[in-house]
Amino acid sequence: MSRSALLLLADGRFPAGGHAHSGGAEAAVGDGRITGAATLAEFCRGRLHTTGLVAASLAAAACLGLDVVELDAAADARTPSPALRTAARKLGRQLTRAARATWPSTELDALARKFPKGAHQPVVLGLTARATGLGALDAAYCAAYESVSGPASATVRLLSLDPFDATGVLARLAPDVDRVADLAAEAAGRAVGQGVDVLPAASAPLSEIGAEAHADWAVRLFAS
Amino acid sequence: MRTHGVRATARIVARRDGRGGTSLPVLEGEGPLAPRRTRGGAAEARVVLVGAMSGPLGGDRFAVRATVEPGARLRVSSAAATIALPGQAKGEAHYDVRLDIEDDGELVWLPEQLISAAGSDLRVTTRVEAAPGARVTLREEQVLGRYGEEPGRLTSRLVLRSGGRLVLDQELACGPGAPGGWDGPAVLGGRRAVGQLLVVRPEFESAAPRARLLGGGATLVPLAGPAVLVTAVAADARLLRRVLDEALTAIG
Amino acid sequence: MHLDHTHHGAPAVGADARRPDGTRRALRVGLGGPVGSGKTATVAALCRALRDELSLAVVTNDIYTREDAEFLLREAVLPPERISAVETGACPHTAIRDDISANLEAVEDLEDEVGPLDLILVESGGDNLTATFSKGLVDAQVFVIDVAGGDDIPRKGGPGVTTADLLVVNKTDLAPYVGSDLARMAADAKAQRGELPVVLQSLRAGDGVADVAAWVRGRLAEWTA
Repeated sequence: MSRSALLLLADGRFPAGGHAHSGGAEAAVGDGRITGAATLAEFCRGRLHTTGLVAASLAAAACLGLDVVELDAAADARTPSPALRTAARKLGRQLTRAARATWPSTELDALARKFPKGAHQPVVLGLTARATGLGALDAAYCAAYESVSGPASATVRLLSLDPFDATGVLARLAPDVDRVADLAAEAAGRAVGQGVDVLPAASAPLSEIGAEAHADWAVRLFAS
Repeated sequence: MRTHGVRATARIVARRDGRGGTSLPVLEGEGPLAPRRTRGGAAEARVVLVGAMSGPLGGDRFAVRATVEPGARLRVSSAAATIALPGQAKGEAHYDVRLDIEDDGELVWLPEQLISAAGSDLRVTTRVEAAPGARVTLREEQVLGRYGEEPGRLTSRLVLRSGGRLVLDQELACGPGAPGGWDGPAVLGGRRAVGQLLVVRPEFESAAPRARLLGGGATLVPLAGPAVLVTAVAADARLLRRVLDEALTAIG
Repeated sequence: MHLDHTHHGAPAVGADARRPDGTRRALRVGLGGPVGSGKTATVAALCRALRDELSLAVVTNDIYTREDAEFLLREAVLPPERISAVETGACPHTAIRDDISANLEAVEDLEDEVGPLDLILVESGGDNLTATFSKGLVDAQVFVIDVAGGDDIPRKGGPGVTTADLLVVNKTDLAPYVGSDLARMAADAKAQRGELPVVLQSLRAGDGVADVAAWVRGRLAEWTA
């Protein structure tokens, strides 16, 4: 395993489309749920332990080689909002392209053939980690971190939030990211023997509702 | 005072009676779980779950199993809200609901709210297995704390399979000891009532209702299968019920 | 590690000149430039000028709405299925240069759904003078400025003005009203760009887009040669 592959994959500048998505932050800013650094921190903490945990466990499971079709169905079932399913598949398709160009892999090629319009992004992320030789815990870290770094950087643009406040929020979430990545990797390990049903299914009702409202906005900065 | 948790299972089997109605060849309860048949409904059988004791308390393990056989119609409600309370026995309480709806069967499952009282610790799991031709209408409402009270610990998971295919798997964890941010702006944002209305119809496989907002705190969304889900959050149980009732009427 | 470099299915690299089935893909031309310089109007005029002779489609990259796409739909320059909008997260230059995956998907989907196509115009959201298209996304790029934005823009240069395959100075009809010196703009552009072409146009005139359309035809002839 190469640790620098993890840095490349987790880098916000990795060209896989993430810049156009706010991870629910734009919807939350729009209806007053995020108003500054303190509410951003609570938003990110809640998202990390719900959406982030689910994404991290799917990524870890894909990294361990579980069937991507089953994992993709598990992701659908854990994402009731069709707007969020669409966003996850768009991002998955973009990541598939970037990953195949960066780390050629027969498994990623097979994924692209099976899901021409994109599999759920965390599943692709896990398979990409696998192609780079990273481990399940690395994949989980990457997904967990992405679940909060996206909203944090989007909020800098949306509220003109002091960028140092936003990075401070992420830094203080580090112990939570550690815990979520550990839980996710552990659940993925169990899923190898017991099937994907044992993966976490933590939900975030306000985020689901907010995503559907956001999809109807006529004017918005972010795709989701 | 109980020092060991109570184990209790209620079983319901609904069967087409051959005369256009539904019979209940199995209708049995234990201890605190008592299902009673009530009158009404020509084609459907109606059952009310009566809670003979308050509960579940810490350490209790309650289970309800309902099977709707081919062509049968069953409607289940409850006599009162279920209140999760702290108990003498250690550990979380479990409440497992398993619902099987076979081809052309219909289940309407509309219990009263589940109230998570301060100090309680309950894990609820509801698993719905619907055959391809089955129809299901299921409501779940969680109320975090009695009036003006902090909630207990509550973890609630709802899983739907249709024709063996996973369609929905959602878990909500809240209250003291739940993972961080549960009451924050991504998850519940201070709301004290949260609910789901799950509707399975074979015709939704090809033509599901479109996603739409139902007021400020609720959405109706088509799932990746023959089902729609209404998710609602509200300040209290009464407001939550109003939103879910409106959604129920709208879906029909 | 998997080091098998054979690729099947969707192409992984945007600059590949061939589609997965081996056919030649459409020529992709990017149009960028500052806000309000007339990119969308130029795209609309190009569609009207070329739609009878070519199979074409448009991808727009709006900053925070789908307005450019909606303008093109309203003007009915092309059937709606030939116009696709990419959302850019408030950063159109990122979507056309640093992270082109969403645009690549948009052009590939257009080829799949309404193809075969000869030409795809990719319009950037209005941005600044440094915004240029990635070579992984487009085969040629047009930079559109206008006389009302200041006649010193060509002199100031910047990547768009200096390196675009075609520089368009738009709204020449306004020059007398805004005090812009067209001859000076042309001379400054020449000094910045050497042999690269410059077109001065006004879309007020009936065939105002003729020079740009002719340039596009030339690029297409090279592409299919």
